[in-house]
Amino acid sequence: MTAAAAPPDAPLMDPRGLVEIDARVAKVSEIDGTSAEFDAKEMTTRRINLELRWLLYEQGVTEVTVRNPGAKHSLGAGILTRCRINFEGSLGYFGLGMIDGPEVRIAGRVGWSACENMMSGVVVIESNAGSLTGAAIRGGDLVIKGRVGARTGIDQKGGTIISLGDAGSMTGFMMQRGRQIICGNVGPGLGDSMYDGEIYVAGKVKSLGVDCVEGEWTDADTELIERKFKIYDLGTPPQFSKFVCGKQLYNYDSLEPSERKLVL
Amino acid sequence: MCGIAGIIYKNGNGAHRIGRDMTSMLQSMKHRGPDSTGYALYHQPSGEYTVRVNLAESTAPRDLDFADDVARRRREVLIRIKGAGATIKDTEDVNEYTLQVTVDYHAELKHLADYIESVPQAEVLSLGHSLEIVKDLGDAKSVATAYDLDGYFGSHGIGHVRMATESDVDIANAHPYWAYPFSDVAVVHNGQLTNYHQWRRRLESHGHRFASMCDSEIIAVYLADRMAGGESLEDAMHHSLEDLDGVFTYICVSEDALGMAKDELAAKPLVLYEGEDMVALASEEIAIRAVIDHEIETYDPYESTVMVWNR
Repeated sequence: MTAAAAPPDAPLMDPRGLVEIDARVAKVSEIDGTSAEFDAKEMTTRRINLELRWLLYEQGVTEVTVRNPGAKHSLGAGILTRCRINFEGSLGYFGLGMIDGPEVRIAGRVGWSACENMMSGVVVIESNAGSLTGAAIRGGDLVIKGRVGARTGIDQKGGTIISLGDAGSMTGFMMQRGRQIICGNVGPGLGDSMYDGEIYVAGKVKSLGVDCVEGEWTDADTELIERKFKIYDLGTPPQFSKFVCGKQLYNYDSLEPSERKLVL
Repeated sequence: MCGIAGIIYKNGNGAHRIGRDMTSMLQSMKHRGPDSTGYALYHQPSGEYTVRVNLAESTAPRDLDFADDVARRRREVLIRIKGAGATIKDTEDVNEYTLQVTVDYHAELKHLADYIESVPQAEVLSLGHSLEIVKDLGDAKSVATAYDLDGYFGSHGIGHVRMATESDVDIANAHPYWAYPFSDVAVVHNGQLTNYHQWRRRLESHGHRFASMCDSEIIAVYLADRMAGGESLEDAMHHSLEDLDGVFTYICVSEDALGMAKDELAAKPLVLYEGEDMVALASEEIAIRAVIDHEIETYDPYESTVMVWNR
């Protein structure tokens, strides 16, 4: 018996069946003026992303709805234009990485490392998010209406992350700038080794990380939170505590390495 | 990297296509580990034990002596099973190097397992009233085809796709691991254990044997050791969070339960779906989507979490 031939429109894969080398655009979308919609159920990650780019960069479409994304990985990564994208379902790992400008709504959940290195734009996730959400984001707003996993906003360099639910361990780990607004409880090691930025927590904090301390509340904090809650229609904000970098670690002193050896 | 998956149907009957479901889940995570694939599948328990024995590595050279060597080991294993006091009810040659034997046995399992493994190169893959462990090189589709798993019906199971990092690519180092010598318990693991040698020495001094150099085997034997001391599966899993060092997420199964444990750093992924009639969990949601075609609510369990579900 011989193996059945692949259908003519099947994506081309490498010999291991792991890497999709095909670069053909499926062009399956229904386009209506500047809006478009397509069903991603039977499409591979690469096909979905090529379809998105074809619509946004070549067809003048500014609003796309993707049905049945099926938790596939890396969807919507690298979109660098102002547009609206609606994912009617969940995304897998690395969704919307490196985006600059889009306004995205995800009806379901996102896997690890959603919006990594996001530069600007808005991403609203209607359900939960996995670990490393918003890793190293530099700008934009990331709103999670459910709970987030561990190490949310690790190495965050700007922007705002809002979680209406709980957050896991090491939230804000090595955060450098930006803001996090966590409406639920947070796990151990909050703000561990953070350099700068603010983390607002409404629930209980299991433990603070190294060099993370409670900060002084200002009117600017109140204004920020009220503004963000109003923009995203999140209701009345709860009472928050603010956490910042204590700046007591060695990297904040002015000692030369040779001097430090003498002092410590 | 490795990928792990588990599924349990809560109604407890063994009429679910566990083999096909697990293959779908594991194949969708092929990218996490194409070296080997393994299954621990549970059918309806019977009063007899099912013993699966590996008689040779699948990568062993097919020289002139291969078939004779396997046949000799097969004969010796059957002699040892009888010698241990078991009554053989049925034998099945699953493939050219895997033997399945159904036995009536009422004494200590360690005695039976050690007796079988005293045959050089024979390894007991699993032993239990309802557990069958299947593992081999290649992706899930190729292993499922080779072992005819599509038609396997049962109530729950776990699986693993392996990307070898610290030990060989062979069956002995593939997951799942049976919790020798505890009946019907198996484990799959994603992560690295940093106090492996310490625990191996400790457990070996308690009389346990190890079939591989893979750190993940520690978890199975550790749980077996605690359960042999009277602890429940869930209690043993809670203790493992304190005793095992490193980064890990593992899924453990017994005759009637499936559980997960995540270390205090939550460094290894696991996505969980809890439905009314079933629970499915995997390293990636895409694996859960492979068996559920409608929109579902999923989440990542947090650090230091242990959860157990019964069928």
